[in-house]
Amino acid sequence: MNQPANQPASAYFLEERHDPNETHTLSVLVQNEPGVLARVIGLFSGRGYNIDSLTVSETENQKHLSRITIVTTGTPMVIEQIKHQLDRMIPVYRVVDMTITGRSIERELAMVKVSGRGDSRVEALRLADAFRARVIDATTESFVFEITGNSSKISQFIDLMRPLGLVEVSRTGVAAIGRGPEGM
Amino acid sequence: MTDQSNDPNQMTGAAMIVRALIDHGVQHIFGYPGGAVLPIYDEIFQQSEVEHILVRHEQGAGHAAEGYARSTGKPGVVLVTSGPGATNMVTPLTDALMDSIPLVCITGQVPTHLIGNDAFQECDTVGITRPCTKHNWLVRDVNDLAKVLHEAFYVASSGRPGPVVVDVPKDVQFAVGTYHPPRKDDVHVSYTPRVKGDATQIRKAVALLASAKRPVIYSGGGVINSGPEASKLLRELVEVTGFPITSTLMGLGAYPASGKNWLGMLGMHGTYEANMTMHGCDVMLCVGARFDDRITGRTDAFSPGSKKIHIDIDPSSINKNIRVDVPIIGDVGNVLGDLLQVFKAEAKKPDIKTWWQEIATWRARNSLAYKKSNDVILPQYAIQKLFEATRGHDTYITTEVGQHQMWAAQFFGFEEPHRWMTSGGLGTMGYGLPAALGVQVAHPDSLVIDIAGDASVQMTMQEMSTAVQFELPIKIFILNNQYMGMVRQWQQLLHGNRLSHSYSEALPDFVKLADAFGCVGIQAIKPSDLDGALKEMIKVKRPVLFDCRVAALENCFPMIPSGKAHNEMLLPVEATDEATAAAFAGGKALV
Ligand SMILES: Cc1ncc(C[n+]2csc(CCOP(=O)(O)OP(=O)(O)O)c2C)c(N)n1
Ligand SMILES: [Mg+2]
Repeated sequence: MNQPANQPASAYFLEERHDPNETHTLSVLVQNEPGVLARVIGLFSGRGYNIDSLTVSETENQKHLSRITIVTTGTPMVIEQIKHQLDRMIPVYRVVDMTITGRSIERELAMVKVSGRGDSRVEALRLADAFRARVIDATTESFVFEITGNSSKISQFIDLMRPLGLVEVSRTGVAAIGRGPEGM
Repeated sequence: MTDQSNDPNQMTGAAMIVRALIDHGVQHIFGYPGGAVLPIYDEIFQQSEVEHILVRHEQGAGHAAEGYARSTGKPGVVLVTSGPGATNMVTPLTDALMDSIPLVCITGQVPTHLIGNDAFQECDTVGITRPCTKHNWLVRDVNDLAKVLHEAFYVASSGRPGPVVVDVPKDVQFAVGTYHPPRKDDVHVSYTPRVKGDATQIRKAVALLASAKRPVIYSGGGVINSGPEASKLLRELVEVTGFPITSTLMGLGAYPASGKNWLGMLGMHGTYEANMTMHGCDVMLCVGARFDDRITGRTDAFSPGSKKIHIDIDPSSINKNIRVDVPIIGDVGNVLGDLLQVFKAEAKKPDIKTWWQEIATWRARNSLAYKKSNDVILPQYAIQKLFEATRGHDTYITTEVGQHQMWAAQFFGFEEPHRWMTSGGLGTMGYGLPAALGVQVAHPDSLVIDIAGDASVQMTMQEMSTAVQFELPIKIFILNNQYMGMVRQWQQLLHGNRLSHSYSEALPDFVKLADAFGCVGIQAIKPSDLDGALKEMIKVKRPVLFDCRVAALENCFPMIPSGKAHNEMLLPVEATDEATAAAFAGGKALV
């Protein structure tokens, strides 16, 4: 990206570091107040961080707490930065790196619409059964499947549906929670 | 039902704002009126505890508040109207965010029912200022206003200080609600800046320091922000350890320039000895600085052989640009206090005589040397003369941005913290003049000088009118080289001497301009003019525009050239045209 033609003179050091990227899932507990999501998203766009997936919802409604789950990709130094940058925002209570703790469960839900008749319709149903996807809507020429699981399982299911008449997909993005008795 | 008319805490939103200012000990605010803040101006009119300084452009108010804050350690307060008033604040807010300056900016907003309607002078103030504030608030209910205002002051001045914005719609200013004085629970429970450093980390740091053979202390603006006590402790640490010390642009004055362990500023235009010491050290103690790219040069060649200790109140400063070995998160003053205690109890001064000998050889290169002249004033000479002339005065210096700023940092010796106000992180031309205003408001009897450039000073020149109105005798000392010198220097060094739009064409006559503003104009053309002219500038108790004509084509050295590390600086004596061309040719981009 943006490779200069012949090492121009510049006010900045233009060489990028090329450490390998890692993907991390972060759980962020925030005060649910106007603008809080804009702050988080603005941080990512403003500082050039990646968002692979982001989900948010209020989780404790008396205390007005929301939980944001972000899947992001970057070098280890960038991932560390992201966590610190999130943590220093005023309405942020806690940032937990679910990937580092290594004891977390990640799930995503998708609704997958497939249309077709005959053999492909039967095959879609058979595969859905194997993936424990449920039929939540059906017509004589279509199904909507609901499937939950980790992201790669969902992607795999979608890939299998493609030749069988895949119409569209709606995915929630990743939610994550730690194993064991403790909260985050 | 309580009788509202007798309850002294029942008041309008506008009254609450003034009341909160008083409760936070605010004596001066900088601002500019407009439709969306008229109720607040009405309240200001009816009291005398808070003095309002009327600027000529909102950017001026912002920088004035920054100067006020930087020179006092107290938050600077700004009041501006909605729409253009708020957007004109974007530059000073960003400037304050970059340099960690506590500002509380109150903006008017269109009435709540009009928000989102593209109403007259509406803009999305909290949206626009979100990335350039530490935090901001839109207050939709008058009963939230007191809490938000108190929290705003706390957030601005605690932890790593920074600017905050409180956006108050006009109907909220008119509405009546309940005020309360500042309380603990005004602040988000999620906001808990860490002040005290981790004891284990401090022990590790002491062990490293005690074992050092080639140590250096590298301090920054965080020492100034932490308060005068931090500077005292820093000086004590230097004394107790005997270590050499350098500082960033923002940290000048924390350790005195006359101190025997002082190496001068480091970084792109820092001294040779400071940069070589950084490059060759085996233990680096970074105190309240952030390894900015103007400091490090090429990060992959930055101080390659050292173990690094980093004290900072902001965890996000740690390992951002440079990996460190011993991070200590906490307030600089607090951590230095603990560290000193442990050092004194458990360690003794390491013997670093040979290191000092090596440093002496670097010093001997005299990296700030310049050719003197009897015909033209060299800008470096002008600063030296200014420094001499102000000795014995209670002096504060602000600057604009450019060569003059670097020369000021190199040649003006700062002995105390809070005396040096400059736009470091953002590099905002136009900062220095209004910043000087703010400093002068806070220190009415002191000598406040803006070391300016001919181009920068035109960016906020209108504030001379403010200086005249409020009898603020600021001195604008313009190093007039008739160029955007710093731009010209880069074009010369990096762009084949094609001086694209860097000549200051059609400069105003600054002496006549001073006259037009009703202040004093002084000009110096020859070196022999300087002493007398400076004396006059200092003597006159009115605002001064000083047109100091300096050599037009002088460049700022030493300098770290393109793609080079600290140990490859270009020194002034070596900066012949050929050497410069060679140093920059095909350079891998750094400057
Ligand atoms: C607001 C703003 N615009 C542009 C720049 C880029 N810039 C940096 S230094 C400089 C020239 C400054 O000229 P002058 O004030 O005359 O100072 P000198 O370098 O000549 O001492 C410019 C244009 C800046 N720093 N700030
Ligand atoms: Mg100039």
